[in-house]
Amino acid sequence: MEEKKLAIIATKGSLDWAYPPFILASTAAALGYQVQVFFTFYGLQLLKKKLSLEVTPLGNPGMPMPMGMDKWFPVLGMALPGMQAMMTAMMKDKMKKKGVASVEELRELCQEAEVKLIACQMTVDLFDMDTSAFIEGIEYGGAATFFEFAGESDICLYI
Amino acid sequence: MSAFDQELDASGLNCPLPILRAKKTLASLSSGQVLHIIATDPGSVKDFDAFAKQTGNELIESREEGGKFHFLIKKA
Repeated sequence: MEEKKLAIIATKGSLDWAYPPFILASTAAALGYQVQVFFTFYGLQLLKKKLSLEVTPLGNPGMPMPMGMDKWFPVLGMALPGMQAMMTAMMKDKMKKKGVASVEELRELCQEAEVKLIACQMTVDLFDMDTSAFIEGIEYGGAATFFEFAGESDICLYI
Repeated sequence: MSAFDQELDASGLNCPLPILRAKKTLASLSSGQVLHIIATDPGSVKDFDAFAKQTGNELIESREEGGKFHFLIKKA
């Protein structure tokens, strides 16, 4: 049986949006897929050795708020200093309690399963990113690199 | 419950960890050996069925007992 292929483009750098690419990539690898994830723009944050991902309630009406907080702190209240840090801490706490893996853990599982992680070279140059801040074992490439694999993929996702 | 060669307790873990741990443990077994997985994630029932179908490993048993889900998977 020919190996199926999954190609993902990860464009977001927040705690909540870090999950879909790593969950799908690790699971697909466990199912026998060959997987590549191309990280571009804010998605590059997901490749940092030391992750400092946050989640924001700002401009996010779909975020479930504990204790009816959305009623006490409507839209502008979400812009209060410390609100983002607080929501991030609460989200991390909730994930831990519910047995949801940390982003670091899922990322490690992806690397163990030989998921290829590719950092967008253009983004690295654009934001003058320090490549020594990124984890080991990643590759650097551009759009053509992505298409080499994506063009033969069975599933291609933009996240 | 039928016999098994190895047990994996994935209680308290959420998607996709039970599947990932199972895959890893299966890799250490030989063909024909049976892995017993215990999970509490309700989503794991459908997930292990899908995992077996896609990987060719056989799901011999899937049942709920005392609020936990038990799976027997035979390595292909």
